[in-house]
Amino acid sequence: MSTTAIAGPATAAETGATPSKKRALPYRTISWIVPVLLLLTWELLARTGVIAPNVLPAPSSVGTTAWHLTETGELPRHLWESLKRAAVGLFIGAGVGLVLGVLTGFSKLFEALIDRNIQIVRAIPFLAILPLVMVWFGVGESGRFFLVALGTLFPIYLNTVLGIRQVDPKLVEMGRVAGLSKLDIVRAIILPGALPSILLGLRLALTNAWLALVIAETVGAPAGIGFMATNAREFLQTDVIVLVIVLYALIGLTTDLIARALERRLLAWHPNYAPSGGRK
Amino acid sequence: MSTVLAEKITRRYGERTVLHELDLAIERGEFVALLGKSGCGKTTLLRALAGLDPVDGGTLAVPQRRTVVFQEHRLLPWWKVWRNVAIGLPRSTARAKAQSALEEVGLSNHADAWPVTLSGGEAQRVALARALVREPELLLLDEPFAALDALTRIKMHGLVRDLTSRHRPAVLLVTHDVDEAVLLADRVLTMREGRIAAVHEVPAGARERGSAPFAALRGTLLGELGVTE
Repeated sequence: MSTTAIAGPATAAETGATPSKKRALPYRTISWIVPVLLLLTWELLARTGVIAPNVLPAPSSVGTTAWHLTETGELPRHLWESLKRAAVGLFIGAGVGLVLGVLTGFSKLFEALIDRNIQIVRAIPFLAILPLVMVWFGVGESGRFFLVALGTLFPIYLNTVLGIRQVDPKLVEMGRVAGLSKLDIVRAIILPGALPSILLGLRLALTNAWLALVIAETVGAPAGIGFMATNAREFLQTDVIVLVIVLYALIGLTTDLIARALERRLLAWHPNYAPSGGRK
Repeated sequence: MSTVLAEKITRRYGERTVLHELDLAIERGEFVALLGKSGCGKTTLLRALAGLDPVDGGTLAVPQRRTVVFQEHRLLPWWKVWRNVAIGLPRSTARAKAQSALEEVGLSNHADAWPVTLSGGEAQRVALARALVREPELLLLDEPFAALDALTRIKMHGLVRDLTSRHRPAVLLVTHDVDEAVLLADRVLTMREGRIAAVHEVPAGARERGSAPFAALRGTLLGELGVTE
């Protein structure tokens, strides 16, 4: 046992953390072995010509392409366009979803006014309205923002409503006894209580945002990494296509890491999310 | 001037009358326990005094500063212990006041702990600190020890007796536990069908568990509640 677990007001969570951390390290290392091996095999097969470069280029040549495109400034430019679209779309979608979710969660009248409409629109696979979006917005930027926003709105809305509904009414009653104002009850009790659910909605929204972006960018975008891939297809630049796929994967991973870090920080009180809890 | 004065208060839920022209007065520093079978209206009375439920008739005067300790601790899991204690206090003095209240319940070294790490008894002591930090004129206890194990409950009785004799709020304890009522209260009321059925001053000697006055009062109260041993 380390001395840190004994010092201070030792809690069950703290004492439990030490052994699990020790065990997690080798497993984490092991979990990387297989992907690295696969990558090496791929490199080997490509170099020896077993896989033709126009089918699947070697990882090293994808890396060279990435370096080259970064030097010319092309890759950063497209990446920036894509990130901007995702951010703006997510900001609009999540904002609207959160506001509507809070209104529906708090007010029966708003629920009656909004909820059914949202449920109806939600039933449409949002990619099915792509042709309509193109008619409405043309091939301009706003149509792409709209698609991303639409993809992110529903998970945030649904989980916000759900989270607010699940807040323990006994805690709200306690807030009243303690003399909190209505606004204070919302701030101190209802929103924090709904937060785990809202953050889950955010994670689902991030996944949807990238999905929407891929579709939006492959259809008539003048820039962005989706455009890069479409463009590369015309010229059979498989290395660029693979690079774009890798980029999407990396972006997805990064946003998920950010979302999880946010969960760990904001939900430190929650036994399921605490750094010493079951999750990594 | 009584701290709590209820005159002919009535509360109905549809056809059912839960409080029936009930009269009650509690003086400052007085500890009153309220016994009764389930559904006799004792929790309704407590909630009316807390301002959580309205009354349909009669007059009810309660002090502005009043707090409730519920059967569940009702701590906000997303706030550390000290912030839970200081809930609703002005920011500037919150930490210091919470700290001294936690000291009184013997939990000053848990101020920065998360509520989930506390045991049931500790959480209930924090709830007690949260009630006291407001310096209530009326302290309402709604079966606060019912969910605790027997040993913790005995310790809590001692703590509550200490704290209330030091701060001297008017106290109303709602409980099912006849022993608890006799050990803690100055006056024990039994309630039946929405009315106060009987009032018993607790004689000085009855505070000792196992003494003759204790056994006598206990027997009387159980009889009034319709229980024979």
